[in-house]
Amino acid sequence: MRYLPLTKADRAQMLAKIGAPDIDALFRDVPQAAVVPLAAFDLPDGQGELEVERALSSLAAQNRAAGAGPFFCGAGAYKHHVPAAVDHLIQRSEFLTSYTPYQPEIAQGTLQYLFEFQTQVALLTGMEVANASLYDGSTATAEAVLMAQRLTKRKKAILSGGLHPHYAETVETVAALHGTVERAPVTPGRAEDIAALIDADTACVVVQSPDLFGLIRDLKPVAEAAHAKGALLVAVVTEIVSLGLIEPPGLQGADIVAAEGQSLGNGLNFGGPYVGLFATREKFVRQMPGRLSGETVDAEGRRGYTLTLSTREQHIRREKATSNICTNSGLCALAFTIHLSLLGEEGFARLARANHARASALADKLAAVKGVSLITPAFFNEFTLKLPKPAAEVVEVLAARGILAGVPVSRLLPRAAGDLLLVAVTETNTDEDCDAFVKALQEVLS
Amino acid sequence: MTMNSQGRPSAPTSFEPRALPTISGDRGLDHEEKLIFELGRPGVSGVDLPEVQISDTRLGGQRRRAPIGLPGLSEPEVVRHYVRLSRMNYAIDAGLYPLGSCTMKHNPRLNEAMARLAGFGDLHPLAPVSAAQGALALIAELMRWLTTLSGMPAVAMSPKAGAHGELCGLLTIRAALAARGEKRGRILVPEAAHGTNPATAAFAGFTVVEVKGTADGRVDLDDLRSKLGPDVGALMLTNPNTCGLFERDMMEIAALVHEAGAYFYCDGANFNAIAGRVRPGDLGVDAMHINLHKTFSTPHGGGGPGAGPVVLSARLAPFAPLPLLLHDARGFRLIENREDLPADAKPFGRLCAFHGQMGMFVRALAYMLSHGRDGVRQASEDAVLSANYILASLKDVMSAPFGDGPCMHEALFDDRFLHDTGVTTLDFAKAMIDEGYHPMTMYFPLVVHGAMLIEPTESESKESLDRFIHVLRTMAQEAKVGARERFEGAPRLAPRRRLDETAGARNPVLRWKPKPLQRAAE
Repeated sequence: MRYLPLTKADRAQMLAKIGAPDIDALFRDVPQAAVVPLAAFDLPDGQGELEVERALSSLAAQNRAAGAGPFFCGAGAYKHHVPAAVDHLIQRSEFLTSYTPYQPEIAQGTLQYLFEFQTQVALLTGMEVANASLYDGSTATAEAVLMAQRLTKRKKAILSGGLHPHYAETVETVAALHGTVERAPVTPGRAEDIAALIDADTACVVVQSPDLFGLIRDLKPVAEAAHAKGALLVAVVTEIVSLGLIEPPGLQGADIVAAEGQSLGNGLNFGGPYVGLFATREKFVRQMPGRLSGETVDAEGRRGYTLTLSTREQHIRREKATSNICTNSGLCALAFTIHLSLLGEEGFARLARANHARASALADKLAAVKGVSLITPAFFNEFTLKLPKPAAEVVEVLAARGILAGVPVSRLLPRAAGDLLLVAVTETNTDEDCDAFVKALQEVLS
Repeated sequence: MTMNSQGRPSAPTSFEPRALPTISGDRGLDHEEKLIFELGRPGVSGVDLPEVQISDTRLGGQRRRAPIGLPGLSEPEVVRHYVRLSRMNYAIDAGLYPLGSCTMKHNPRLNEAMARLAGFGDLHPLAPVSAAQGALALIAELMRWLTTLSGMPAVAMSPKAGAHGELCGLLTIRAALAARGEKRGRILVPEAAHGTNPATAAFAGFTVVEVKGTADGRVDLDDLRSKLGPDVGALMLTNPNTCGLFERDMMEIAALVHEAGAYFYCDGANFNAIAGRVRPGDLGVDAMHINLHKTFSTPHGGGGPGAGPVVLSARLAPFAPLPLLLHDARGFRLIENREDLPADAKPFGRLCAFHGQMGMFVRALAYMLSHGRDGVRQASEDAVLSANYILASLKDVMSAPFGDGPCMHEALFDDRFLHDTGVTTLDFAKAMIDEGYHPMTMYFPLVVHGAMLIEPTESESKESLDRFIHVLRTMAQEAKVGARERFEGAPRLAPRRRLDETAGARNPVLRWKPKPLQRAAE
């Protein structure tokens, strides 16, 4: 087996040193009833690299990659161009094959990029502090609600109808254990009156912008209404590139920002691994979940970084920890950080403008197709179309023609209007892709 | 003095190489590196993008007003910055990484290549299922491996890490209890458990009750018996346990737990010691998470991402979270919403958006196919053999707390051998850094004083193990004879000396701030 260095002779010598007659002797504490022969496992024996590559490539070939043709899916996962340098750098052994930086003297590389990541996330979201990542945007949102429940000592979380349904369900799963979760009505293309739902038991309101339907929300009035009743505003961002063009939630009064960072540096990966971004105000930092890299000095007075405020965490505080999280999304955070470093202020703003311009142009063309209307008045790079036919059917027909036209709302909300289609457009979509989509949609609907 | 072929001295006769300050502040290959925010200049970008003008008409009045504050760097500058940072890290590719309970084994590069195939890496999670049949087939095949190796009938694939898997398991148990019309609020956790166990139990809304251990590092059955009762929902037990030992009384423990009407959750963090030899399902386990980033070698990546699928017994299987994967005549199907559930499914909810850590699934399956069942078994045996070899080779100079029996995949030592030497576990571990090794896990498990937990994994050659043993033996002997120089203030040869963690926590600096902001804050 190519990954196992020990030879038969090594094993014999090692057993002799141990004083064990055979390997079974080392497993003597296992109850006999639980010892099974190899034949009990109905699985194949080992294979060479060539054979494994062949088997997995054949499975990969049965999937339609986003880059294989016109592609317009979003709804919380976005296809962007990731510069080649990103994937090269994150595969450096020293990043890829290191552990959580518990020994800071030999993990300054990880600790420094996490410190840079934290700074980038704080800057992008307009918040004061950010952690070193959570699993993804949905679990970050759930953690934000739990944190708001702890901070306010109140029970109820109110979720906007524009919050991604998977996020809402993730929040319900954990927040309902410690309080209650109320979901506001779904109002595609417009903001619901969420302020009216806030009461004296409300820990937080959770609003996504741009929301599920692509709508850019004005968070300020929600923040004001929440704060007036002693509740917090949790702002959710599923498309982080939007913050290159629109006002960050931190400047609109958000107390906690939970976001998905996949768009920067990370591929679609069929849904994971992604990277959860989590930012808040400095005064709340001791209630924040997740790891933090902090600046300090070493014994010679040199600047260095170390994990800090660990007394919030499970390995120190056990059942009193702010979260049970241990493994996070370190390498995805690195990819995010490198991609954003490559873009810089100028590149990031250009990327955001290119996304909006492309989406805007395609929205106009699609809305001109007979029977189709655009229901999202203000958007970044994703909008919702109302179709004269069930969106799921249209998507299947277009997929058979080689065009992945977007995500039917019914896939996420089976009870909602079946005629709504979410369409995302990024810098990766060419004019030809867009024209092919418009033409095919015309044909399918005529 | 040695001489080279030109007859000139090839080695300096006397100077302290670390003592002479350099002009640059760098030392040979050892470069100091500023923060990215202290580099670059406005207007520069490492990505060429067209300048596009847009109107504000569709931004809802929300156009960003202030700049973000990101630096501008070209690609070569960014590449150099992160390459330099990388060189300040220790890594399994560079050396033995004996972190107990973390399983730092070799990460095959084939697995990286497979995860990056466009059909997996560039596949959208909400692409029509007709366009993702290969991905769903891969998940189904991985599920087959996990259920077969564990001897359990079902598996929930969406948990994103070990602790997330623990949450999945406990919420499944919670739902099963609720379906029985019972509300059992307590979870039993041995005192030697990973911190995530009690943290997860609290996260899932349970109260934690600690179970004592015995003098030989196992669960105390009498204490367990006394704490089981009608208010106990589950026992969470790591096996092999955090002391690196197999819980001999596993089947009796399972019987006691089940007799009390509770469920048996096993923390499968140490499954890598027994995979291919022992099936947790045969031991009476109801739920167990499997860390794909440990046992099946998806890279740790400096702290993640991981994946923590949870295998489930038949009685817990109906309560597994959304999404569900089904197969019928039309192919693979995902059940993503409650509206579409089959009659027998009662999921407790959803743990995260989409379907789990696909990138990790591809890597783990590549590992499994490469090893095969025979290789998985051999890997477990080699991991256990290597740990026992270390235990046998060091126990006369270090001190092993739990007698002469064999360990599983990790060898536990305590600090009795350092008694009265003035050297602490921390000093000993930090001195390993100067020897070119990553320290072992220190001060865990908590039940052993000054614990040092060494997990060599199956990835080390005998030569590598012998060299490691030689270094640790010599260090232990030096400590015992009072030669403390090597330990005091170690490490000396790392990119940094010991960091002041207390000052860091008292006055936390968690981000870079531009100068004017710093002044304003002062």
